[in-house]
Amino acid sequence: MNIHEYQGKQLLKGFGAPVADGVPVFKIEEAEAAAKALPGPLYVVKSQIHAGGRGKGKFKELSPDAKGGVRLAKSIEEVVAFSKEMLGNTLVTKQTGPAGKQVNRLYIEDGADIDRELYLSILVDRSVGRVAFVVSTEGGMDIEAVAHDTPEKIITVAIDPEKGVTAEDLKALNGALKLSGDAAKDGESLFPILYKAFVDKDMSLLEVNPLIVMKDGRLRVLDAKVSFDNNALFRHPDVLELRDTTEEDAKEIEASKYDLAYVALDGNIGCMVNGAGLAMATMDIIKLYGAEPANFLDVGGGASKEKVTAAFKIITADPAVKGILINIFGGIMKCDIIAEGVIAAVKEVGLKVPLVVRLEGTNAELGKKIINESGLNVVSADDLDDAAKKIVAAVKG
Amino acid sequence: MSILIDKNTKILVQGLTGNTGSFHTEQALAYHGTKMVGGIHPKKGGEKWDGSVPLPIFSTVAEGKEKTGANASVVYVPPAGAAAAIIEAIDAEIPLIVCITEGIPVSDMIKVKARLDRSTSRLIGPNCPGIVTPDQCKIGIMPGNIFRKGSVGVVSRSGTLTYEAVFQTTNAGLGQSTAVGIGGDPVKGTEFIDMLEMFLADDETKSIIMIGEIGGSAEEDAAQFLIDEAKRGRRKPMAGFIAGRTAPEGRTMGHAGAVISGGKGGAEDKIAAMEAAGIRVSPSPARLGTTLVEAIKG
Repeated sequence: MNIHEYQGKQLLKGFGAPVADGVPVFKIEEAEAAAKALPGPLYVVKSQIHAGGRGKGKFKELSPDAKGGVRLAKSIEEVVAFSKEMLGNTLVTKQTGPAGKQVNRLYIEDGADIDRELYLSILVDRSVGRVAFVVSTEGGMDIEAVAHDTPEKIITVAIDPEKGVTAEDLKALNGALKLSGDAAKDGESLFPILYKAFVDKDMSLLEVNPLIVMKDGRLRVLDAKVSFDNNALFRHPDVLELRDTTEEDAKEIEASKYDLAYVALDGNIGCMVNGAGLAMATMDIIKLYGAEPANFLDVGGGASKEKVTAAFKIITADPAVKGILINIFGGIMKCDIIAEGVIAAVKEVGLKVPLVVRLEGTNAELGKKIINESGLNVVSADDLDDAAKKIVAAVKG
Repeated sequence: MSILIDKNTKILVQGLTGNTGSFHTEQALAYHGTKMVGGIHPKKGGEKWDGSVPLPIFSTVAEGKEKTGANASVVYVPPAGAAAAIIEAIDAEIPLIVCITEGIPVSDMIKVKARLDRSTSRLIGPNCPGIVTPDQCKIGIMPGNIFRKGSVGVVSRSGTLTYEAVFQTTNAGLGQSTAVGIGGDPVKGTEFIDMLEMFLADDETKSIIMIGEIGGSAEEDAAQFLIDEAKRGRRKPMAGFIAGRTAPEGRTMGHAGAVISGGKGGAEDKIAAMEAAGIRVSPSPARLGTTLVEAIKG
């Protein structure tokens, strides 16, 4: 789960991290009061969407030479003017895709005198099974480009979970970021604060790009991108309250209600599969036979009839879907339950596109029998290869 | 010989009294009499599990191990308590711990991993389908009827793709020595390299199927390991597959570990690394068996 920058900063502030003063704005009438609440004379007006690259992004509704989604304002009037241009309009960035995202929230922040821009993130380094800091002196830009062009400028410091951030780690981080004097002292307090926030709140990513050294030599968290481990949300009701569902795909929200893993894609063959690996492999084989999957959908290990019905409805609600492939290799999942769920769903929502079903594993024969005797227009497949060929042929007509 | 488990493996079930634990314990008992020796429940110690074979329930893993001589445990405990269950098994010095539970917080697994590194236990999983040595022992949730005693070592990050590999090698007449699902989580107990080392050392394993997926660099690490071992003269015919060739960047594909981020963890790099290590990589998940047959023919 992702949250907005302003929410991330408020969270980090609660742990004692140095962030600028700022006020979130939901309606244009609030912009002037928000700016007045800040010391000035410099303000930053920042679009709040769950995607990066906002500064270089462009608004669909504005002329191509208009400014981007993060703007420096030199007066309260300018804050209001910028807010009017941004709020409610659609921001297209490198990460949003061509459709862009509507800006429903702004964050008006106190401006800072920047001396240096650094990069800092905390994530799980799976190669060592530990939380790690990833830092670079090359902040404020696309870190993936830095990683590609100058990998030696990115330094990773993995943290021993039983010791936490040690004096040695702090020295390594300060050294990597070339911090000295007040900035180094700030680092010694900031790095453990960020680590504690990451661990206490079960984050999966905390990215500060940039972390800045100000002209007065102090550190400040200038941006904050925070994602949480979905598996740990059950123990963080406070984090769940920060969820902004307007930033998420409606079908994905519906799927998550039934504990289905669903990702919308651009093709026209809807897929329902059990197991993440097999679901990806099913997408791959569809592509191998020259068609494109409309979605990734993993019904999971212990799906009920209700869950299968919900999954079927989500797939058929997508107007791009011209055919459906159900591929189940039952282990925990019993094939007869899948078959019953599919039939219940077809009876409820109807079937306007070809449907190919492949069942294997636990109770496969019973499942096939239920499908074949249902009287519905469903094509049975013998194996995965056969299933993929049949659905691709059916969609291509 | 097989690896990790055989007909003498004695297994305790952590989470026996839940629906999933009960169902799969019955399945295991029915599979060539896998030696399920007891269950663990902190409040039901001294009671009996009401299954087709009544099994004793112990309050702690340590007690269960002492009374039954168990040398393995399987964990079906729900996510919130699963890490504590694994740590209890580590503390009781259970040699082999298999965790089926899906959805354990990553931070919990980081703590487990730190404990594991200081112990003599091996953890398989979490979020995995388990291990099967055909006709001898079944730990976890894999369907027993697709297995056949044979010569292929199967290792996979994905549960249901493990079934595909097993089913296809059975249909190809090869059968399996042992099949292991190592799980789809980013932090886990056993990696490809650990399994490949065991399969290379096992006389009964004549060929290997390795199934990876997008995310992380475990497949690349495994490929490098195979290149290094081949230089020492250790190699076996191998087929492979990588799931997620068509997955878009930045979207997590069901498994917490399956995400391409920062241009890393993509399928093409993994396939190239595996091919460079001599693995015959199938473009289709439906041709795992036939691809391995080709690899064996050379």
